[in-house]
Amino acid sequence: MAVRNDLRLLKSSAWLGWQMEANWTDPFLFATYSIVKPIAGTLILVFMYLVITGGETANDFFSYMYVGNALYMFVAEVLFGVTWVIHDDREHYMTLKHVYIAPMNFYIYIFGRSAIKIAITSFGVLITLAFGVLALGVGIDLGAVDWLLLTASLAVGLLCICILGLAMGGVSFLTAKHSIGINEGLAGVFYVMSGVVFPITILPSWAQTISKFLPVTYWMEVVRRAIEPAVMEGLAASSGYDVTGMGDMSNLTLMLLLLVSAGVFFIMSIGVFRVADNIARKKGKVDWTTAY
Amino acid sequence: MSEGPLMRNLRTIRGRAYPRLIGSTREPSWFFFDVVLPLFTIAGYAYVYRFLEADAEFIGYVVLGGAMTAFWLNILWSMASQLYWEKEIGNLSLYLMAPTSRMSILGGMAVGGLVETTIQAAATVVVGVIAFDVIFSLGSPVTLLVVFVVTMIALYGMGMMFASLYLLLGREAYHLSSLMMEPVYFATGFYFPVRSLGRWAAAGASIIPITLGLDAMRQLIFPVGADDAFLSVNTEIAVLCVLCVVFMVLARYALRYMEHLGKTTGRLTLRWQ
Repeated sequence: MAVRNDLRLLKSSAWLGWQMEANWTDPFLFATYSIVKPIAGTLILVFMYLVITGGETANDFFSYMYVGNALYMFVAEVLFGVTWVIHDDREHYMTLKHVYIAPMNFYIYIFGRSAIKIAITSFGVLITLAFGVLALGVGIDLGAVDWLLLTASLAVGLLCICILGLAMGGVSFLTAKHSIGINEGLAGVFYVMSGVVFPITILPSWAQTISKFLPVTYWMEVVRRAIEPAVMEGLAASSGYDVTGMGDMSNLTLMLLLLVSAGVFFIMSIGVFRVADNIARKKGKVDWTTAY
Repeated sequence: MSEGPLMRNLRTIRGRAYPRLIGSTREPSWFFFDVVLPLFTIAGYAYVYRFLEADAEFIGYVVLGGAMTAFWLNILWSMASQLYWEKEIGNLSLYLMAPTSRMSILGGMAVGGLVETTIQAAATVVVGVIAFDVIFSLGSPVTLLVVFVVTMIALYGMGMMFASLYLLLGREAYHLSSLMMEPVYFATGFYFPVRSLGRWAAAGASIIPITLGLDAMRQLIFPVGADDAFLSVNTEIAVLCVLCVVFMVLARYALRYMEHLGKTTGRLTLRWQ
């Protein structure tokens, strides 16, 4: 019975999330909006690359960077989506207090609202990858993709990112207008430390140590190996050294490390959310609005 | 005691700027969230240039561009969207009933936001310079100050215009602001010289004042900035001055039009549409 209620809640909150995301306009404009934003974000990096290299995109590093940047959308958008639920419901629609006291599982509500963000982001990632392959020669061969590894790593990675978003949602209980900064900032930490657009071996050694505690580092590596195995092999061969810092690890090892680090972050995130939630209740911040 | 319209409008500007300035001091955590955390994104782009073995100036471009993103975010989320959110929470009707100019209310928002964001951007530059050993070469600080001031006037004029236009929107306001982040970061060349987009694309992007402002600042701050420039500094200052006037006039016109439209269609107090 409880499971059925939770599933119904998940479905209802996902539907609410979809309506809030999409029913403000017609499907064409919504689709355009969903495409333009990720493509533009990717083009920033592409132009940075082109300005320095003078237009050479047919190499392994470009594909490495491009795919990492596309996958990073999941990190940025899903983190943003989870945290924004708290901010949006509280500051803008002033409905958080009603949701909060409703007899339901608050975590499920947040994940339901975020699920639609994952779906929309997946669309953006696919469009971006397609654009890369068709227009820029990014080295993805659909016949060589390791679908099993891709599916497993995506499932674990996305769950992990949602859990991290929950922790940030807890923090945004206690802050006013910083919700955007929190999301972008934490996503930025992963952008730098997790080898999203450059190998972690370029970082200082202390930063590389931090990188190896972050689940996103392993997630990026394993998803890349699943999507573009030839690129990863070519990058290692052309560099002449372990350029990613994880070249000696098997896919299984990477998946295990991903699971372990995700588990640690799961416990930490739940802890952060509960502490922040407790403080928010004591300080009366659950229905706080600032509007300055 | 009655006061003249000038004093009343100046008091309005001060009154609307006050909560923004006080709000940030009441919540000092903004420094961590708005200055320290965004540095990671800047660091990401800086490391890309470092991995590509780009000239050191490019890392400086990233630090400067990253700091300037704070102004664009402030325009989108605290200027353009503000009247829409004021409507949603019920303040807009109070603003319209107040015996003062609507432009002064928007001006107060701009002043408060500008001061807060300038501190934020300056802190980002300082931390970025220290973290990445960026070397600034200030050949003409007065010209740099002029560029910054005209860029900000034009930019916040644009924000005031957007604030009125956003009143036409419902929940599109949030989505429109969200849409104008990455595409504008790209089109205005926040992280690379805008000239590399091509002359016509750069000219089109120049409608957003940060494009020319950032291009001029790069020329004035970095010794080789002129090599990557789109236009000369003097030309950019002249165009920015024109944009200042155009956006202020359009903001005034848009505000009147939207208020009239809102009153005649009964949408000024309509919420959650």
